[in-house]
Amino acid sequence: MIPLAAYVAVSAVLFMTGLIGVLIRRNFIIVLMSVEIMLNAANINLVAFSHYLNSMAGQMSALFIIAVAAAEAAVGLAIIIVIFRGKMATNVDQINILKW
Amino acid sequence: MFDLLVLLIPLFPLLAVLANGLYGSRYSHELAGRLAFGSVGLSFLCTLGVFVSVLSNPEPREVIAWSWIFGGNLSINLAFLIDPLTTIMLLVVTGVGFLIHVYSVGYMHGEEGFTRFFTYMNLFMVSMLLLVMGSNYLVLFIGWEGVGLCSYLLIGYYYEKVSAGKAATKAFVVNRIGDAGFLIAVFLIFSHFASLDYSTVLSQASSLSTEMATAITICLLIGAFGKSAQLPLYTWLPDAMEGPTPVSALIHAATMVTAGVYMVVRNHVLFDMAPIALTTVGIIGGVTALFAATIGLVQNDIKRVLAYSTVSQLGYMFLACGVGAYTAAIFHLVTHAFFKALLFLSAGAVIHSLSGEQDIRKMGGLHNKIPITHTVFLIGTLAIAGIPPLAGFWSKDEIMAHAFVHGYYHLYLLAAIGAFLTSFYMFRLTYLTFYGQSRVEPHVAKHIHESPPIMTYPLMILAGLAVVGGFLGVPPEHGWFHGFLHDVATPVGAAPHAVDMGTLLGLMVAAVVIALGGWGLAHYMYSTRPQMANEWAEKSPQVYTTLLNKYYVDELYDRIIVEPFKKLGELWDWFDRHILDRFVVGIGKGTDLSSEAITWTEKHVIYAGLNVVGYGNHLLAWSWRKLQSGMVHHYAAIIVIGLAILIHLVVLWFAGSSSAGSSMY
Repeated sequence: MIPLAAYVAVSAVLFMTGLIGVLIRRNFIIVLMSVEIMLNAANINLVAFSHYLNSMAGQMSALFIIAVAAAEAAVGLAIIIVIFRGKMATNVDQINILKW
Repeated sequence: MFDLLVLLIPLFPLLAVLANGLYGSRYSHELAGRLAFGSVGLSFLCTLGVFVSVLSNPEPREVIAWSWIFGGNLSINLAFLIDPLTTIMLLVVTGVGFLIHVYSVGYMHGEEGFTRFFTYMNLFMVSMLLLVMGSNYLVLFIGWEGVGLCSYLLIGYYYEKVSAGKAATKAFVVNRIGDAGFLIAVFLIFSHFASLDYSTVLSQASSLSTEMATAITICLLIGAFGKSAQLPLYTWLPDAMEGPTPVSALIHAATMVTAGVYMVVRNHVLFDMAPIALTTVGIIGGVTALFAATIGLVQNDIKRVLAYSTVSQLGYMFLACGVGAYTAAIFHLVTHAFFKALLFLSAGAVIHSLSGEQDIRKMGGLHNKIPITHTVFLIGTLAIAGIPPLAGFWSKDEIMAHAFVHGYYHLYLLAAIGAFLTSFYMFRLTYLTFYGQSRVEPHVAKHIHESPPIMTYPLMILAGLAVVGGFLGVPPEHGWFHGFLHDVATPVGAAPHAVDMGTLLGLMVAAVVIALGGWGLAHYMYSTRPQMANEWAEKSPQVYTTLLNKYYVDELYDRIIVEPFKKLGELWDWFDRHILDRFVVGIGKGTDLSSEAITWTEKHVIYAGLNVVGYGNHLLAWSWRKLQSGMVHHYAAIIVIGLAILIHLVVLWFAGSSSAGSSMY
């Protein structure tokens, strides 16, 4: 029996990996992938607690998040492609015109 | 049915006014003319219907159109009173009015302001109908002012002519003097009777004191003298000839100027109580009849001769009122409407034939060139001169006979001399216009032509009326006319007098001799020995120039009334400029100064305060806006840092507030 703390630890490591990826990487695709990692870290957490608390609600939420993540990935990729076509850029630092 | 007919009488011309006045420019002159005379014709037909009804039932009947002013115990209706007197006036106004409208369509043909002319003419008809139909003094007053307004508008019809504008203003102003008197009379009536209805006022007239009755009637008379051009307010009527000739015929001969006579007869109950007023009417009427006739002797403008003749004939009507012969006054009003409208319209036809020439010194010999006009003009002349059996003879003779029989010998004398002069100047006019050598200017002479049928047919009808109209009042004092008006126009308390047939016949013969005498003298002076008139004029130049200049009355009025008023106006002008304006300018300057002070305060105090607030905001915004860099990473980092701080706080809070929370796992 793997203790709950192990799941939470894996989840925390994954989340931090994703967060650091979002904060320090500059490539659109990688930023998007990092966001996916963060979502899945949350999923692990949800499923683990669902099992531990013997409630199906967490697993339901995890399923919803997977569905939403798929949609989000599709929309995000579409936006990235449009930006790439317009500005020939894959670097998020180049997209900085929305400011004061 | 009767009520409807009565209401329709003024309604038809009113509709024509609205149609022609508002939409007249959108359709042809022909249609506008048809609307104008058609509406008056329909009114005439309705009047005939009313007349038939009144014949069978002569009792006064009141028709209320609507309740106009009411409040407290005051109640004034827009109501019409139909009795024999009104019916006679209605017949004259709509009948003669219709003929003149038809004639005008021919006379005004091709004029620029054709539609405007007929709008005013119809408006005049509406006002005149209100005047004669109204059942109280207020409706009478509306009509009274309405006809004055239309008279003004139509005299000034050729408004681009300065003289027409001045004549219109003069007519209006002089009429205002009379109107003021009339208004005061209405106020006096209201203050005494607390009502303005004829039925109330006339039936309670006996409650008036003689002084009050005199005051009311004298004020009414001032109004009547203004409207009917009697001394001393007659000066506007000759100048009113500046208007188109049909206007002179309709307004300044047949209808409006007789409004004063109608009003006096309508209120004869009040006049009967005020002998002073009656005497005044008689004397003013007689003097005006003679005075205007003398001026008419030497005038050279065909319309002006007729204008003075109108003033003179109106004088006869007032003279008749003054001697209590109200029926005779209305009788003369009717016959005068026939023959004077005829004379004016045929004078218009003469002017029309001569391309606008009005000076009788440049006429002459026209009798075979325009035979129809000549015939009808001659009939009109015979009628007004009092040659039997034409209309003017019967009515004028009746007035003179009445004056004589009732012992007003001085008035009879005035009227008799006036009648002689009337006959003389009318035949002088006829001879100078239609007979003798032609003095027409050559370039005009080429174009002389008879008027079109639309003008000559009304003339013929009027000529027919001028011939037979007098038989309404035959035999004198007992004709159909007298029977019809007996209830409304018999003086209060008049003793039935036995008339000596011999006296009456003698007076008739005298009247005929007078008329023929005038004719004979005119014939001698202007046909047999044409140079005689000039010889007379040279022999007594003072008399001639005095008459030619109308006794200098206009100059006198200018000197004693118009000029002082102008001086007064100049004084006020000076006062206005130098005192009132200074004051006003001072106030303006003060306002200007204070506004400058306020402007300074606003600029330097209020704006400064507002600017401090604005700049503060600006500064604050400037220091914080760097936060929004546009870099996604920065935002993400801020979110993460913020989240971390929040979670830290939440955990701390949970740890502090609940000891159970910390040992949950």
